[in-house]
Amino acid sequence: MAAMSRILVLAEQRDGRPLTVALELIGQARHLAGEVDALTWGAGAAGAAVELGAHGARRCFSLGDLDGALAAPRVAAAVAGGLGAGDLPDAVLAATTYDGRDVLARLSARLDLPVLTNVVGLDDVGGALVSSHAVLGGSRVVRARFTGPGPALFLVRPKSFAAEPVADGAAELIELEAPPAGPTDAAQVLARHVESRGGPSLDDASVVVSGGRGLGSPEHYALVEELAGLLGGAPAASRAIVDAGWVPYAYQVGQTGKTVKPVVYLAFGISGATQHLVGMRGAQHVVAVNKDPSAPIFGLADLGVVGDVHQVLPKLVEAIRARL
Amino acid sequence: MPLGARRERKIGRWFVDVAVLVKQIPDPEAPADFDPETRTLVRSGGLVLDDSDSYGVEMALRLVEQAGGGEVTLVSMVPDGESSGLRTALAMGAAKAVVVSDPRLAGSDALGTAKVLAAVVRRIGADLVVAATESTDGYTGTVPVQLAELLGLPSVSFARHVEVGATGLRVERQTEGGYDEVICPLPAVVTVTAGVVEVRYPSFKGIMGAKSKPVEQLGLADLGIDPAEVGAVGARQEVVSIEPVGERAAGEVVVDDGEGYRRILALLEEWKVL
Repeated sequence: MAAMSRILVLAEQRDGRPLTVALELIGQARHLAGEVDALTWGAGAAGAAVELGAHGARRCFSLGDLDGALAAPRVAAAVAGGLGAGDLPDAVLAATTYDGRDVLARLSARLDLPVLTNVVGLDDVGGALVSSHAVLGGSRVVRARFTGPGPALFLVRPKSFAAEPVADGAAELIELEAPPAGPTDAAQVLARHVESRGGPSLDDASVVVSGGRGLGSPEHYALVEELAGLLGGAPAASRAIVDAGWVPYAYQVGQTGKTVKPVVYLAFGISGATQHLVGMRGAQHVVAVNKDPSAPIFGLADLGVVGDVHQVLPKLVEAIRARL
Repeated sequence: MPLGARRERKIGRWFVDVAVLVKQIPDPEAPADFDPETRTLVRSGGLVLDDSDSYGVEMALRLVEQAGGGEVTLVSMVPDGESSGLRTALAMGAAKAVVVSDPRLAGSDALGTAKVLAAVVRRIGADLVVAATESTDGYTGTVPVQLAELLGLPSVSFARHVEVGATGLRVERQTEGGYDEVICPLPAVVTVTAGVVEVRYPSFKGIMGAKSKPVEQLGLADLGIDPAEVGAVGARQEVVSIEPVGERAAGEVVVDDGEGYRRILALLEEWKVL
């Protein structure tokens, strides 16, 4: 028997396409509950219902375009208000994204309920949900559960589960007005700016080329970007150089940052603090170049090259350039 | 004092009082392991200011400077009244600090922490609350927005640029593929990502002055918080188990002899990404 009768997935979408992580959450929710509902919002939201249904959502609630409001206050108000029907689900799953985190934080405060964050696994153990959390660089798994009444709120890291379509899946689309969220709703988005660099996103790339403090200075990061471009991959970074302001936060791989699971992860000048390892240890293959032979990243690299990144990286880029 | 009531216009100057939520954490470089009894993470050594928070402190100081008036107050919750981790931030220019500690806070989760910090902000009054997007040790990333909801305030998370003006804030909010330009009236809560401002070094004068800046120590009773709402009891969650994960087998480590890049090339071919 399923642990839960109904799980609500907060399913982010862009222009009518659900984010991959929304489909991952629905996939796992199906294993845990008899009924899975999705809630989505933003421009094109209603269009996402088809794909959400095809992955197993039974009903898809849409709040529609939020007219430039930030998502969290209205989405949290809608869920706390029972989505028009009045009853709350047994559990709410949201993804660790820019908006997902804020929605669940507001919902947690509204309902006065705790939230388990950075979830990487969710299982039915004797009729209760038990969440898994990767700690100490992913070398340990902590399992946790709620001890009080629900709804149980889980904030799940992307790439924790598989997204799988179901046969004949279709969701009933239910369009709702977002309820007023009062003064919490006062922020307005004036404009959205896209800073496109081309190539696959860090989430989807099969090759990730990552740089760290060992690169020495920000201008050397250009070679990381070039290699990523040559390999059809995405550039990434350790926290150290994001903190130093070399690249934006969106590039950061690690505990405070993204989890990536590419086919190949190439790390240049990254020593491998536990903070970083937890975000990339799911890669199929790892190559690391670092001058310090005791760098922890060598512990999980298929190939570790002890050497100067300023020698190895330019030669590698040059050699690949010559082939293309 | 009600939130936001202290914003007033005086001959072209805005007065913005900023509360910065700061966390004093065990040195992240210190070795860590789990206490088998309490199932909590333990690290040796004293507490330091979470590096992520230095950007919030810097941002707050700049906003006050930009506005032309106001002050920055540090707000911190710690197990034992420790404030040594706040000295650097006071030396950078924060005016004062409020530290909350109480044995009954042990085991507090993010919501419990947000309740405590919200009570402090309510008590001291602030036009703006600034925090890091997430702490280095707990990294739930939910406390500032939970606090915003508890105080009934709007929030803008993941700010990479913040300006304060007559009508409120203008924020560049980091997104997956760029940034959103967001405006928000005060009072409000903003979380800043690391690396977005260059953090100043404290001056000698700042360091000397920090020693005499007020650090107010508060307990749960001072804030009127029911102990059942916070600590391990209020967290309403438990750790079921802590297990090791099968280690990835390490591969080969070679010393670069000038030809190391060829080994990488060969593997990229073998893995069919080249």
